[in-house]
Amino acid sequence: MTPTTGTSARPLRVAIVGAGPTGFYAADHLLRNPEVVVEVDMFDRLPTPYGLVRLGVAPDHQKIKFVTNAFDKVAASLRFRFYGGVEFGKDVTLADLQAHYHQIVYCTGAQTDRRMGIPGEDLTGSHPATEFVAWYNGHPDYRDCAFDLSQESVAVVGVGNVAADVVRILCRTPEELAITDVADYALEALRKSRVREVYLLGRRGPAQAAFTNPEVRELGELADADITAIPQEVELDPLSRAAVERSQDRATLKKVEMLREYARRAPTGKSRRLVLRFLVSPVELISDGAGRVAAMRLVRNELYATSTGALQPRATDRFEELPVGLVFRSVGYRGVPLPGVPFNESWGVILNDKGRVLDPDTKQPIVGEYAAGWIKRGPTGVIGTNKPDAAETVECMFEDLARGAVLEPTRPEAAAAEALVRQRQPNYVSYTDWLKLNEIEVARGRAQGRPRVKLTSVEEMLAALGR
Amino acid sequence: MNIANILARKGSMAVTVQPEQSIREALALLERHNIGALVAVQGDRPVGILSERDIVREAARNESFFARTVGDLMTRDVITGQPPDDLLTVAYTMTERRIRHLPVVDQGRLVGMVSIGDVLKAQRDQYQGEVDTLQTQLLAGEGGQPR
Repeated sequence: MTPTTGTSARPLRVAIVGAGPTGFYAADHLLRNPEVVVEVDMFDRLPTPYGLVRLGVAPDHQKIKFVTNAFDKVAASLRFRFYGGVEFGKDVTLADLQAHYHQIVYCTGAQTDRRMGIPGEDLTGSHPATEFVAWYNGHPDYRDCAFDLSQESVAVVGVGNVAADVVRILCRTPEELAITDVADYALEALRKSRVREVYLLGRRGPAQAAFTNPEVRELGELADADITAIPQEVELDPLSRAAVERSQDRATLKKVEMLREYARRAPTGKSRRLVLRFLVSPVELISDGAGRVAAMRLVRNELYATSTGALQPRATDRFEELPVGLVFRSVGYRGVPLPGVPFNESWGVILNDKGRVLDPDTKQPIVGEYAAGWIKRGPTGVIGTNKPDAAETVECMFEDLARGAVLEPTRPEAAAAEALVRQRQPNYVSYTDWLKLNEIEVARGRAQGRPRVKLTSVEEMLAALGR
Repeated sequence: MNIANILARKGSMAVTVQPEQSIREALALLERHNIGALVAVQGDRPVGILSERDIVREAARNESFFARTVGDLMTRDVITGQPPDDLLTVAYTMTERRIRHLPVVDQGRLVGMVSIGDVLKAQRDQYQGEVDTLQTQLLAGEGGQPR
């Protein structure tokens, strides 16, 4: 008789694709189960773990990165392995994973940005904000990006947390940045920046802006950038006022209060100016005649209430032109389809029900495949929101195991999976390797009074490991 | 967080009926899908909502309720949501107006349904996540370096 799956004689073997926060939360929930013996192998296309905690969270927000201490504890389990630098769909295929694991969880996040869908969007000087973020954070795929920081005026479209990060990095002084782990090449480029005016553009009003109060406060405390806003744009319209009063939403009241105070501030002669704009949407990027962004045409919006009472923007017939030479858009994110995995185009996620991947034709769960995090529900919430999200997926996984609905891998041994990875990607990075890289980065940082100096290319990382 | 984020992790569409269908058929659908409400549609446009409450109310006073039609019992004045509607507002409206099921339409077309349970769970997850993240930051510095 074959032993039951999930025992020490035959552990439940799980492959997690993606080493971001959700991957670690999923691994934690899996490994914590006192009744089922689980072995987790985590794959990431990059050699380094932590996903957006390393490559998305802004370098001047180091405290947020402490969450990685919890991830390291998960990784310390003897039943956990990390295969860094191993790409799903390229180095290992779905069929490979099905032959080696009982269950597969996709935690690949929302890797691409939404477009504004306006004329001129692809002019030189118009970029997705995520490219800039990945670049200043030392993402190996984006280190060679170039942004024309000789421009004096920049517009950042969107008022979410990513947009707030981008304007902060653009407005920080070299001294402020030099004590962070911003990538060295980015620090050099930002040192030479000639950016003077930064516009942050929200399509709705101040009460609907997604950035949080701590972020709004930070924007008002920049060392060498004066913040300002247009008084009429930060006053609450009657619909927003009614909504805020009805729900007694104190956080939003506080946010609006801070923004109104910014509108009243007199300039103090700092060398940069950050202008917060609300109720405006870009409708066109205007060329300088040589294919470069020279200006942005904006339409003024007004708000209307949908039948649930949610407030949405509607364009008016009032337009204006904003001269800007550099544009970053941060108007939403989408997941990227994985080879062989059903995708839900409407929402930009893997087609799923509570994390169970569904067959697009029958709408029934596909045995052994799951999704968690942003690739399951879309990009929303803070890092910690992915913990209950991953818990829901893992609950489904254990339910399915109890019903016997798991894959039947031909090689369900840890050694067989390792042999496969070694053959396909001999240069894979283990967790022990990563901890070595980490020490090297931290040591390089210590010498400069910085949290770390990142290794930003795969070659550099492998060389540091003596390969 | 908005309605789209809830629909993204709900594989199923809203279960629909035609107003001409019988209550017997509607009950069979509610039972088969283990749900509490159906959206009555004409084409892909919602024209009403039929909840288990509507059926119970009729059953309590009319022995032959089985033979009635969905159109007889459904609520016609349906409040619908849109994918970008934010959850805070939606949760407020649903609790204030005692709405348990909210059909979601996109440009007039039915694209799904969210229940008050879906909305409250999403809100709970959001708050849990925020608490977790704040705690991590408050504890920052105790034991180790960030990455």
